[in-house]
Amino acid sequence: MDTSSDTAFFLGVTVVKVVVILWVLLTATAYLTWLERKVVAHIQSRWGPYRVGPHGLLQPLADGLKFLFKEDIVPADADRVIYWLAPFIAFTLAFLAIAVIPFGGSFSFHGHVIPFQITDLDVGLLFVLAVTSLGVYSIALAGWSSNSKYPLFGGLRSSAQMISYELSLGLALIGVLMITGTLSLRGIVEYQQQHGMWNIFKQPVGFLVYFTAAIAETNRVPFDLPEGETELVGGYHTEYSSFKFAMFFIAEYANMVTVSCVATLLFFGGWLGPLFGPPWLRTWLPVFWFCFKVFCFLFFYIWLRGTLPRFRYDQLMAFGWKVLLPVALLNILVTGAVVAASS
Amino acid sequence: MVILFYIAAIVAILAALGVVLQKTPVYSALLLIVVLCSLAVIYLLLGAEFIAFIQVIVYAGAIMVLFVLVIMLLNARRETPGQGSRMARWLGGPLLVVFLAEIVLAAWRQFPGAASPPPLNAGPAAIGQLLFRSYVLPFEVTSILILVAILGAVVLAKKS
Amino acid sequence: MTIPPHWYLALGTGLFTVGVVGVLTRRNVIVILMSIELILNAVNINLVAFSRMFHSVDGQVFAIFVITDAAAEAAIGLGLIIALFRNKETVNADEIDLLKW
Repeated sequence: MDTSSDTAFFLGVTVVKVVVILWVLLTATAYLTWLERKVVAHIQSRWGPYRVGPHGLLQPLADGLKFLFKEDIVPADADRVIYWLAPFIAFTLAFLAIAVIPFGGSFSFHGHVIPFQITDLDVGLLFVLAVTSLGVYSIALAGWSSNSKYPLFGGLRSSAQMISYELSLGLALIGVLMITGTLSLRGIVEYQQQHGMWNIFKQPVGFLVYFTAAIAETNRVPFDLPEGETELVGGYHTEYSSFKFAMFFIAEYANMVTVSCVATLLFFGGWLGPLFGPPWLRTWLPVFWFCFKVFCFLFFYIWLRGTLPRFRYDQLMAFGWKVLLPVALLNILVTGAVVAASS
Repeated sequence: MVILFYIAAIVAILAALGVVLQKTPVYSALLLIVVLCSLAVIYLLLGAEFIAFIQVIVYAGAIMVLFVLVIMLLNARRETPGQGSRMARWLGGPLLVVFLAEIVLAAWRQFPGAASPPPLNAGPAAIGQLLFRSYVLPFEVTSILILVAILGAVVLAKKS
Repeated sequence: MTIPPHWYLALGTGLFTVGVVGVLTRRNVIVILMSIELILNAVNINLVAFSRMFHSVDGQVFAIFVITDAAAEAAIGLGLIIALFRNKETVNADEIDLLKW
């Protein structure tokens, strides 16, 4: 096969992959909202959405339509450009990170080997960190541009919170990087495959620190101070309505998915799991295992929301700087010593 | 490649001009983030992947967040221009042009028609090797510098 | 097709000049600090471009040092600005004239 048709094939496959993955992710985030309402409702001995479709299964669709047709209100004193920009930043960044996430091995199609991943970067993990580190702007700018006090409080709180927890987040991953010696997400999973052991057994502390910091980064309970509805009305998105609010909402859930994907890849062996059955099943089982692990994390997120109360702001800061950060540093120190001793 | 370079370079220069010419601090900060991200693209073109991502993570993702946070905290609104001295207004422009021309000329003289060598494969591993072997002392000095900076920031921000 | 190294240096010079103009002409201390960041970035472009030109990684290592120094500088600078704002209620550089008489 000549190179030009090869390039065309590669481009075509990439476009198809992007479309499929975006579609799956959007559907997943929509149904995540349904799952969240259902699970939290059952934790609180309620039924949750039940009217729209069987078991409320069409509720996300109804919500989406409602968001589309509601009036879009812009506060009179808002800074219009930034007010518009903030939800777009949130939405774009949330979906950008998924581009480097591998969710399976590879399959062959007409003699081509196609990996289950949009693009494999040598420094994929850095890409994810870079994209998520920019996410704070959407919240800070949304809070600032609304020109109203509750959103401003939400924006200020979130910028401080996200800077503080991003440190622990990054440092928690360094332990894994020291063991695996690569920044490629695919490489990290392949390392776990070769050594027949998930990284969680080597880096339990790193995982705990990472996941705690990740919950804070995605502004979820018990760290949801930027939007704490009982004290700040709605936090940074108080003034947002209609589709711009929906974009923040979707971005939050997409970020949860990204964080869960990274946790799965780095600590829980990614798509590794028991393989059996005919060849086609062996190709698709890894994808299933990956999705299943990510689903478990997402369920855990919702479970936490149904169980834990919110932190107070000073407790949040003290916990981030005085507990999480020292533990992450200590983890690096111990891992470094072990790696140095064993090599 | 070449087109991408021109786009990134022009965006960087225009956004940098915006940083300086904007009267609202928040817009300046946002445009500076645009500069930083387009520079990251240029680093990618230069084959410096690691620096490109560090640029986004540390510069755009941490340092600029501090700037935005402080601007929001102090609620810095539009700035009224100062009167400035008359000499500066007359001499500033010409001096600027002379200064720019001098640097560009020097660069052109120093590297006459140098062709770019093949890209350097400098992954994180190569940078790490160099950083922790040849440049251990500067590295440690930098870490002390950061420690001092942290202490200084804490002392400054503390309510006396 | 590759870009001649001159162009990177020219870009660096351009950013440096814009940064210097910003430091000299603006009154808001925060914007002055941001202009200093521009200058540091101009230096970084040169360092990375030189690293490519001379085919050695040293330039990139120095770029990392510059980024860390920029972080330290921003922390101290912004700390100073907050302390200043508490005492003088201003962020304008020419109104900070305690040492003038």
